[in-house]
Amino acid sequence: MPWLPARTRPMILIEAQGIAVRQGRTQVLDGVSLSVNRGEIVTIVGPNGSGKSTLLRALIGALKPNRGKVRRAEGLRIGYVPQKLHIDPSLPMTVRRFLNLPHRVAEDEARSALERAGVAGVAHRQMSDLSGGQFQRVLLARAILINPDILMLDEPTQGLDQPGQAAFYRQIEDVRARLGCAVLMVSHELHVVMSASDRVICLNGHICCEGTPEVVRAAPAYRELFGTGTGGALALYRHEHDHGHDHDHGQDHEHHHGHDQHNHSHGASHDAASTDGASDPAKQKPAKQEHAS
Amino acid sequence: MLDDFLVRAALAGLGTAIAAGLLGCFVVWRRMAYFGDATAHAAILGVAISLAFSLSVFGGVLAVSLAMGLLLHRLEGQGREVNTALGVLAHTALALGLVAVALIPGMRVDLEAYLFGDVLTVTRGDLAVIWGGAAVVAAVLWWHWSALLTATLNPDLAQAAGIDPRREQLILTLMLACVVAVAIKVVGALLITALLIIPAAAARSFARTPEVMAGIAMLFGAIAALGGLGGAIVLNTPVGPSIVCVAAGLFAISRLAGRSG
Repeated sequence: MPWLPARTRPMILIEAQGIAVRQGRTQVLDGVSLSVNRGEIVTIVGPNGSGKSTLLRALIGALKPNRGKVRRAEGLRIGYVPQKLHIDPSLPMTVRRFLNLPHRVAEDEARSALERAGVAGVAHRQMSDLSGGQFQRVLLARAILINPDILMLDEPTQGLDQPGQAAFYRQIEDVRARLGCAVLMVSHELHVVMSASDRVICLNGHICCEGTPEVVRAAPAYRELFGTGTGGALALYRHEHDHGHDHDHGQDHEHHHGHDQHNHSHGASHDAASTDGASDPAKQKPAKQEHAS
Repeated sequence: MLDDFLVRAALAGLGTAIAAGLLGCFVVWRRMAYFGDATAHAAILGVAISLAFSLSVFGGVLAVSLAMGLLLHRLEGQGREVNTALGVLAHTALALGLVAVALIPGMRVDLEAYLFGDVLTVTRGDLAVIWGGAAVVAAVLWWHWSALLTATLNPDLAQAAGIDPRREQLILTLMLACVVAVAIKVVGALLITALLIIPAAAARSFARTPEVMAGIAMLFGAIAALGGLGGAIVLNTPVGPSIVCVAAGLFAISRLAGRSG
């Protein structure tokens, strides 16, 4: 763990224990366990429909898992940035008013939160008049106003262009460095996100593998899901076709990803994998990847 | 002063319009118009039950509207597509009410009073119920304003802040039943939704924050209530529909003003 605020001890902020979520006839999540410690940056990656948003919603308590438990540290303050926030056109809302939800904040606090999020001076604009990037930053500003223990972001850069994404993630790192809060984010923009993460969890209905970014990048399960480099898009496409229908009765599903080897093993497999010739995974060309599936 | 039926009518209209204007903002923001219609139509069944058992009409309407609201709330909680269910339940309750009233032996009731309102006959007692109900609605909305607004904006955002969005939804459902009971005597079951959404929709063009919109909606509601009553007296038209016509006029003007401004 490269970074920990001195004033706090390592401690579990939020934890999921073997949770399963069913939506209609689809088993969206099955047996997912994870925990986030104080000050840690954890990124959840996974293809579309892998249950990333569902997991986050289960963690904040917006949906009840059918099995398993979610535990939050007592009095945990969650700064939540949703994937999309649709504001009905019939609802007038200035940025400043939005920051007051649900609790009124002082003028200077609001100003400094907007500054920290990189959108100083938009306070009196209507939310509906903001650009996509500004809107996400205002959501971030609101999330940090409560001085959160943990920031939870659900694909916060969806709809932003590449430079916008990179800038937004730098902003998050900056905010985290100042506040010392933990960050749990969901993403599928792997390459941008991973460098900033202490730990990456690769999700596809279950946890396929987890560990430091290097470990995950080298893990067969991860490669099978995403491939590397330009092969990524193809892998993603294939994956959806090959495995998409397995969710309901997917016992053998797990074996595709080397699940047994890598689940719950970010401590143990760490050294093994990082000495496994994967010190610079970017150099590995997609051609080398023979997708078994 | 309260001896004058016109004064009583004006006060009844004002109380109803203010409560409806305030709650109506949430109905518009959350797109609950159909939900409001269903609750209001169920009120006719409440009227039938009240007449059959010689209960207070307010009580019967409130009870049935509450029951309808809670039923819809439950259906929605189960994640079903409620639009069809709303239509089925609303019109079933309305039809059942109409049939039930006709079946009550020895009863010759002018149902029009409950379908379109009959504000000119409100008593002092009615007035107390109307203003009492309006006060309850205003107080509850005031108390829960921030939580309601957060949950309206995004349920997950509310959840993360420790607010239960389902509970806030339930509160709105209960307040809606309350407004229906209050408004049935003034505009009638068929036009209650109009009184909820038209002033709020008209206020949208002039507001930059939710609070300003709510304030203007209440003002527009009050103007519509008084203007409608005045117009109805002069033109000898039914009061409830006249109130809604004035509100619609305000809406049209606000759209024109909003476009040019």
